[in-house]
Amino acid sequence: MNARLSRLGPWVWAVVSLALILVFNLVFTPGFFSIQARDGHFYGSLIDIANRAAPVMLVALGMTLVIATGGIDLSVGATMSIVGSVAALMVTKGHSPLAAILTACLFVALALGAWNGILVAVFKIQPIVATLILMVSGRGIAQLLTDGQIIQFHDPSLAYIGSGFLFKIPFSITVVVIVLLITAAVTRLTAMGLFIESVGDNPTASRYSGIDIRTVQLFAYAFCAICAGMAGLVATANTSAADANNTGLNLELDAILAVVIGGTKLTGGRYQLIGSIFGALVIQSLTTTILTKGLAIEFTLVVKALTVLAVCLLQSPQFRTKFRLPARSK
Amino acid sequence: MGGPLIVSSALLEMRGIDKSFPGVKALDSVDFTLRSGEIHALMGENGAGKSTLIKVLTGVFPKDGGSIALEGKLIHPRTPLHAQTLGISTVYQEVNLVPTLSVAENIFLGREPTRFGSIQWRRMKAASEQALAKLDIQINVGRLLSSYSIAIQQMVAIARAVEIEAQVLVLDEPTSSLDKDEVRQLFAVMQKLKSQGLGILFVSHFLDQVFEVSDRITILRNGRLVGERQTSSITRLQLVSMMIGKSEDEVAVMASHNVRDLPTATGEPFLTATGLTKRGSVGPVDLQVRKGEVVGLAGLLGSGRTETAQIIFGVEHPDQGTIHVEGQPVRISNPRKAIRLGFGFLSEDRKMAGIIPNLSIRENIVLALQANRGWLRKISQRQQQELADRYIKALKIATPDADKPISQLSGGNQQKVLLARWLASQPKLLILDEPTRGVDVGAKAEIEGLVYQMCADGMAILFISSELDELLRDSSRLVVMRDRKKVGELSGDRLNSAELMNTIAAGGNER
Repeated sequence: MNARLSRLGPWVWAVVSLALILVFNLVFTPGFFSIQARDGHFYGSLIDIANRAAPVMLVALGMTLVIATGGIDLSVGATMSIVGSVAALMVTKGHSPLAAILTACLFVALALGAWNGILVAVFKIQPIVATLILMVSGRGIAQLLTDGQIIQFHDPSLAYIGSGFLFKIPFSITVVVIVLLITAAVTRLTAMGLFIESVGDNPTASRYSGIDIRTVQLFAYAFCAICAGMAGLVATANTSAADANNTGLNLELDAILAVVIGGTKLTGGRYQLIGSIFGALVIQSLTTTILTKGLAIEFTLVVKALTVLAVCLLQSPQFRTKFRLPARSK
Repeated sequence: MGGPLIVSSALLEMRGIDKSFPGVKALDSVDFTLRSGEIHALMGENGAGKSTLIKVLTGVFPKDGGSIALEGKLIHPRTPLHAQTLGISTVYQEVNLVPTLSVAENIFLGREPTRFGSIQWRRMKAASEQALAKLDIQINVGRLLSSYSIAIQQMVAIARAVEIEAQVLVLDEPTSSLDKDEVRQLFAVMQKLKSQGLGILFVSHFLDQVFEVSDRITILRNGRLVGERQTSSITRLQLVSMMIGKSEDEVAVMASHNVRDLPTATGEPFLTATGLTKRGSVGPVDLQVRKGEVVGLAGLLGSGRTETAQIIFGVEHPDQGTIHVEGQPVRISNPRKAIRLGFGFLSEDRKMAGIIPNLSIRENIVLALQANRGWLRKISQRQQQELADRYIKALKIATPDADKPISQLSGGNQQKVLLARWLASQPKLLILDEPTRGVDVGAKAEIEGLVYQMCADGMAILFISSELDELLRDSSRLVVMRDRKKVGELSGDRLNSAELMNTIAAGGNER
């Protein structure tokens, strides 16, 4: 069974992990699967998991592309925070319409992504260092923008992005689906996906084949920042408040974990968008499970770590050979 | 050359060394004897087994059979470190030291003199200076290693090796990154060490250097020992013929066999390179390739053939020289520009610069064509499949389907996929760097047939190969390189192996 599952693709382990967590809840958590309609909306643990996982899923989509090029982006949390602050300020100070806010946020995110991309692609700074710069300074910038205050706002149209409902399910889930489709379209209906995987798998050979590595890297970092910007909007809109200190804090780590659980290798190459979505769901469903079981919140971190360890070991060829598990198909 | 040899007893004796890798017999009962106080060159073409022999000696690979004796005692080196403690030290082509530490720290790295647990810096410095003085080198040992030239860094590596009380010093391609003066400096050091009784095993691809510095030469070919000669008793021509495995008689026979079935190219010149030079790498090289012509680039390994190709393809940048394509001057700053001009380059380094291992055969085939079209104009899935199927059939690539990762194919089939990548991009000039290396006989003949076909279709081809037979068979004209520069050009009646070997060995009318 192991071998047959593996053949489906590296993302299958994330699905298996998620299924295991859900089965656990089916047995031990009464009411976990119940979904109630209230005020014309659906409520329940499953909906809640998807809703809460939305920011991580959004960031993980962009992160997947960056990791596939052989890079990493640590600045996504800071980008979320800046974009959230910009949106909140535009509401409170500028009373801007939603279209203007969305456009501005898009450009801010694009600029931040271009900054990362230029450092990595043009100046050849190692991605972990290059994006660390924005990770540290970005949160500072957001705090300067907001004077270190939590900025609350009242704007129903903006709030809808994070807390509204469409077709009875939270709108944030719709946002994730749209961004997933856009990501898949932009990389698979063009040759960008092929170039990203090629550059991540063997940069030298890619260069010899005439691929413009610079463009590929710039694209990945810019796209990742836009995804982070969307996540920042969703998170900020969800609470109708921009908290520069906490929006997206440590979220880059969850996003990276989601990508790894989803079966994309940190060394680059083939990427799994669906895998990353499931990876994010695994992380969130673990957290929710622990909370509903009434365990201390601190316990989540340990369990999260153990799950990641298990998935990573399952993906490690060395581990698989050692324990005679069937080889993972590439 | 080292004057009359004192017949000293053997310092190191390797007898009947066998070593196999999956599918290859790398060493087949090879003998090698090194005497103390001699510089002994190990010669052979690429794949002859030189580096395997060295790696067996220095404990990198375990041997499958045979014996190694140092001063009459059997030894079994297990690791490079173990070999070092036995008295066999190696200095590699790329200096394996820490550039950001001082010279003295490098010499004593891992065995710093200490007292009460702290390093005795003064003693270390003094000992380092002494070690270098033995090589007639006086430098400030407190400065960072990286502040010195590669040559000095190499001396430091040698000083470190000798300081570990080495009896045998292995120098693997030590001169390949040195300029003329630096080579001279290195040779002086080697002579000095030789006079101190060390046995030096020297590997180099430069014939001149081997004749200048070595006392004795052992020649390997295809993993077998061809012979051991005193340097003073052998000519260059004899050495080359031993290396490539054709006796001088055979050479004469071969020459008469040579059928030139390619039409003499009368097409327009496609590529004209003039005075290409890159300091410390290659040059000067003049080169012209016409449409419908195969120009062979001949020379021993390390003669600058690949470097020339890399400059033409924009991988490396020349310090001097110009390139014209169809009469227009061009600047080729990267491979992308070269591809846009209609170039293709099948690299000799299949693993590093060729395959994208985890991508499918189909994706590997369309890659260069797609890159040239840009990311927005994707080749449709259907067209990709058609291209892949066509080339899998045309090049007889052995695979059940096009969606298998390329890394799962054999070397020869990977090579065919890479060839397909370039053919699919429909180049006007195709540079083939060792296209048949590591490819079995059948595939080799197929690739050669393709070269002929492409040429007949009007493509310009620059063909690099270490196999002289192949070059002579497949080229309309030969450009011969030695010691990183062009030393001659052969065409017409002069296109025979005797002339070729003469040119490679003697460098035409030079020297």
